[in-house]
Order: sequence, then C-alpha cells, then structure tokens
Amino acid sequence: MENLQKLIRYYFNYSVMKDALPFLLKGAVLTIKFSVIAEFFGVIFGLILAIMKISKIKVFKYPSIAYIEFFRGTPLLMQIMFAYYALPYIGINLSGFFAGLLALSLNSAAYIAEIFRAGIESIERGQIEASRSLGMNFFKTMRYIVLPQAFRRVTPPLTNDFIILLKDSSLLSVIAVVELLRAAKEIATWKVNPSTYTAAAFIYLLITLPLSQLVHYLERRYKIVD
Amino acid sequence: MIKVVNLHKKFGNLHVLKGINLKLKKSEVLVIIGPSGSGKSTFLRCLNLLEETTSGEIFIEGIEITKPGVNINKIRQKVGIVFQSFNLFPHLTALGNVSLAPKKVLKMSKKNATDLGKKMLGKVGLSDKIDSFPAQLSGGQKQRVAIARALAMNPDIMLFDEVTSALDPELIKGVLDIMKSLALGGMTMIVVTHEMGFAREAGDRMIFMDDGIIMEENTLEEMFKNPQNPRTKEFLEAIL
Ligand SMILES: Nc1ncnc2c1ncn2[C@@H]1O[C@H](COP(=O)(O)OP(=O)(O)OP(=O)(O)O)[C@@H](O)[C@H]1O
Ligand SMILES: [Mg+2]
Repeated sequence: MENLQKLIRYYFNYSVMKDALPFLLKGAVLTIKFSVIAEFFGVIFGLILAIMKISKIKVFKYPSIAYIEFFRGTPLLMQIMFAYYALPYIGINLSGFFAGLLALSLNSAAYIAEIFRAGIESIERGQIEASRSLGMNFFKTMRYIVLPQAFRRVTPPLTNDFIILLKDSSLLSVIAVVELLRAAKEIATWKVNPSTYTAAAFIYLLITLPLSQLVHYLERRYKIVD
Repeated sequence: MIKVVNLHKKFGNLHVLKGINLKLKKSEVLVIIGPSGSGKSTFLRCLNLLEETTSGEIFIEGIEITKPGVNINKIRQKVGIVFQSFNLFPHLTALGNVSLAPKKVLKMSKKNATDLGKKMLGKVGLSDKIDSFPAQLSGGQKQRVAIARALAMNPDIMLFDEVTSALDPELIKGVLDIMKSLALGGMTMIVVTHEMGFAREAGDRMIFMDDGIIMEENTLEEMFKNPQNPRTKEFLEAIL
C-alpha cells in the first residue's frame, strides 16, 4: 500500500506533470522538428544511396554498401557523440542542434536507403523492360516508371522508420539538446520528481499513435489496389 | 529491312540460340512457332536488345544494331514489342501509358502526345477507356492498350510474343483482329503465336524453331500442307 502511494507520488504526480507541461511541449516541438528535418534529408540521401547500391557500377555500389553497413552497424548514440565531441578536432564546430541533426540524418539515410532499395527491387522486371523497350533510358525509367510505383510501396515502411526516428531522437539528450526527453529530465532533477518522464512518455505515444494508425491504413489501402 | 546473321545467345552455359539466320522484307509478317523453351522469346528480345547477343549480327534498316556503342534507345524506338504479360504501367491511365514515351522520348508537347495517345487508343477500339487504370481493364483491353503504347512510338517493326496466350478465349479475337489490321496496313511484324487461324490469314511466312535453331522455313501454305521436317510435322499435328 505504502509502495503504491510512493509509485503514484513519484511517477504519476499530477501537479508535477501539469506544471511541467509547457516546458515538455516545447521539448516535444523540438523533437518533432529534429525528426522531420532528419527524415527529409534521410529520404533524399537515402534515395541516392539506394540507387547507387542497385547500380552495377562498382564505384557507386561499394561506397554505398560501406556507408549503409557502417551507420547501421554502429550505435546511433556513438554517432551522435562523435559528431558533437570529435568533429571539433578537425575544425568542424557544430552546436548541439546541428551535430545532432547531422548524426540523425546520416543514420536515418542508411535505414531509408535499404527501404528504398527493397521498394525499387520489388518492381517487376517486366515494368522495366516495357519502359526500356519504348526507348526510355535508365534514368527516365527510374523517374517515370520505377520510382512512382516504389514510393507508393515504401510509404508504410518509411512511416514506420519515422516513428523509430522520433523515439531515437531522444538520444540527443546526451549532447544537451533540450528535446522532449531532456526537458523531462531537467524538470525531474529540479523538482526531484521523475513524474515528468511519465508525462514525456505519454507525449511520445500521442505523437506516434496516429502515425502507426496511418501505417495500418496505408497498408490496407495498398493491399486493395495491388 | 531485317537481316539476322548467325545469331547466338548463351545464358551462362545454356546455349539458347544456336545460329539464327533470317531476312525479312518491309511489310512482311513472319510467324514463329516452336515448342516451349526453343528460344522464341529470347530471339524476339534480342531484336530490340532486351537481351545482349553473344555473337552474330542483326541489321535493321541497314544499321547494325549489335555493334558495340550503338544508341540502344534510338533502336528500341524503332522496334515495338508487346509481351504476353501486358506489362502496362499500373500507376498511369490508359492514356498515360500510351502518351508517356512520346512525351519523354520523342519530346512531343503534352497536347500532341495526348492527341496521339487518344488516336492510338481509338485505333485499338478503346476510346471510352482512356482514363481507366490498368487494374480497371480486362486482359484483352490491357493487351490492346499495350499494342497502342508500342504503336505510338511509330515503330518500323512490331514484335509480338504470345500476346494472346494469357487471355480468356472470348477476348482473343479482339486482339488478333487488331494485329490483322496492322498487318494489312503494311506493318512489318514478327509474331510468336500458336493461333493458326490468325497465322494463316495474316502471315506471309512461317518458321519452326526448335532447340535454338530454325528447323524449317516456308510460306504458310507449304508449311501446313507438306512440312519437310518430321519435328515440324509432329509439332503442327499437336497444335492444329
Ligand atoms: N534470363 C535468362 N536466364 C537464363 N536462362 C534463360 C533466361 N531467359 C530464358 N532462358 C532460358 O532460355 C531458354 C529459351 O527460353 P525462351 O523464353 O526463349 O523460350 P520460348 O521458346 O519463348 O518458350 P515459351 O514457348 O515457353 O515461351 C529456356 O531454356 C529458358 O529457361
Ligand atoms: Mg516465350
């Protein structure tokens, strides 16, 4: 009984949560900002990486494979810390905001590249042959035939990836970026009450739930069309 | 118009075409028959360079298309191909399918490409379907869009690879009628088909392919009446 009361006092303390809310929401806005910008650059860079990886030209293919393996095979936390603490030694001084954005974008590009590659490779060979047989070259075939179909197929996995990115952006809290998790932590320390973490978790959930519903919706819709 | 000299094609160790020699005049319609796996599709695909040839030469309108460094895209514009599996672009309407390449490859204006697309779809009897997506069309309609799409590039030659074999019997006639009228209109055509009625009516010559070589070549009448090769005879008896 006493333990339950403590749990409520420390983790579900309504007044602490309520007081912290404006600050937490500010953090949430930053979290969304980070995720959207990183996803944006991730999509552009990831698409380039995917096309490089698919191509038969070795100077494109192998660097792309190396890049993807490196960023998927090492912890994001280390990539973030490297961007913030190590880059200054080679003359690149980035604020926490930009170092975090850089690491997050480069990392998500690797994952997005694999999503695009799978999407592109899922387009039937007959589509490409029909296009090439009309005299469309490789790039026109990509631009007008393969990518429009691939984009449709990759929206659900891309949205999934975005959800993961949103949660992973909490790692930026280690380099003094006051995103949602860091905001929760600062108030928790100040108020000596970790209820703010609970509130932050709810806010994450509020952001991700509609997105995962969107994934379900898209998956159902494309199943019908295909 | 088309000259093929000692054409070979290997997939790794698999020797699929073993020295094909062929000449085709303008406006001629050549029908190819042969058992499954004999290399009919591979041969057609070599003619518009969807397959890289292993050795031998192919000339189209006097130009050697098998020479390294030729402009593949230019050649493919001149050689239309229609596949058994339609391969329509599912994200585009019928009109979009037909007018895309004229726009992007021939650099036609949007209006001209649209007009051309409508004209071609009219030619295959689909004026009322221009805004339909492939998923909303029957197999026969899809195949007619595919023919219109190839024709829109104004090719010198049309290749047809078993274009009716994926269709329900009642839909076959519509497609064959279009091919017949094309043949009558003077289009140079190479048609892989087992539709012997069509072959008899529209074909000028027929070849029987077996195991990567041309076993027999003749006019249709001669081929049906008195096939020289026992394999041809056997095959014709099986499909007639
Ligand atoms: N891309 C490829 N790689 C390897 N082998 C292939 C490839 N394409 C075709 N082949 C082989 O080449 C041979 C000839 O195939 P092809 O499709 O030309 O035959 P076909 O005469 O068109 O047969 P069908 O009547 O069944 O369509 C077959 O043994 C086939 O397995
Ligand atoms: Mg075939």
